[in-house]
Amino acid sequence: MHQGIPLHYFLILSTLMFFIGIFGFLTRRNLITILMSIELILNSVNINFVVFNRYLFPHELQGHFFSMIVIAIAAAEAAIAIAIIINIYRNFRSIEVEKVDEMKH
Amino acid sequence: MNNMVMFIILSGLILVFSLMTVLTRRILRSAVFLLFVLLATAGLYFMLDYMFLAAVQLTVYAGGIVVLIIFSILLTSHISERAAMAGRWRMIASALVVILGAGVTLYTIYSYAFKPSAETAVPSTMKSIGNQLINYGDNGYALPFEVISVLLLAVMIGAIIVAKKEVK
Repeated sequence: MHQGIPLHYFLILSTLMFFIGIFGFLTRRNLITILMSIELILNSVNINFVVFNRYLFPHELQGHFFSMIVIAIAAAEAAIAIAIIINIYRNFRSIEVEKVDEMKH
Repeated sequence: MNNMVMFIILSGLILVFSLMTVLTRRILRSAVFLLFVLLATAGLYFMLDYMFLAAVQLTVYAGGIVVLIIFSILLTSHISERAAMAGRWRMIASALVVILGAGVTLYTIYSYAFKPSAETAVPSTMKSIGNQLINYGDNGYALPFEVISVLLLAVMIGAIIVAKKEVK
């Protein structure tokens, strides 16, 4: 019990956020919105790391550092994904996943 | 009590805006809703007393990634354009999968009794974070730090090479 909020509440929040992200990942047709769904998923995982760190292992900062690393990886992934998306747009004039079905241009 | 009210406000913001991120048909709006989700998450970190992590979340996520995403949206689609969604059956099937998955996960979470630790919390000040980040002894995270730096270098070179114009 930290500050009067049970641990479960945070876990419910991050679970719902994770599955909303998965729903977006499955139903979206645009590469950038798929990328945004992935950001939602990574963010919910970060909440889990931080909350486990704060409630279960407050004497060390392991979850804190893990979520900092996840944030760094998310930034790297967004940068490389957007480079690829802009390159796809140059070649196909579209970033809808259904229209991008050739390896060659 | 105050904490509980704050938590409910923040989690309501997170859930509503992440649903809207996923469901709205205008891509630019969806990016702005994502920004609100990330800001509310930073609020959660502030609540848990991880100030530095909340600042990193605000600068890297809300400041960096969202701006990058908005730039690429403006480069690749018209403002007035409506995003295409999946067909009705695919929506229903995805919703079923997601509800089933969320149900199983929530059931598992509830059937496990987490025991909060009673140990005193270490301060997460700038000084202790910086010391641990470049320390290779006990509680040191020098190796992941170096791995992340190499990854960032590789990503920078990769992004430049992928996005540069081909010389014909």
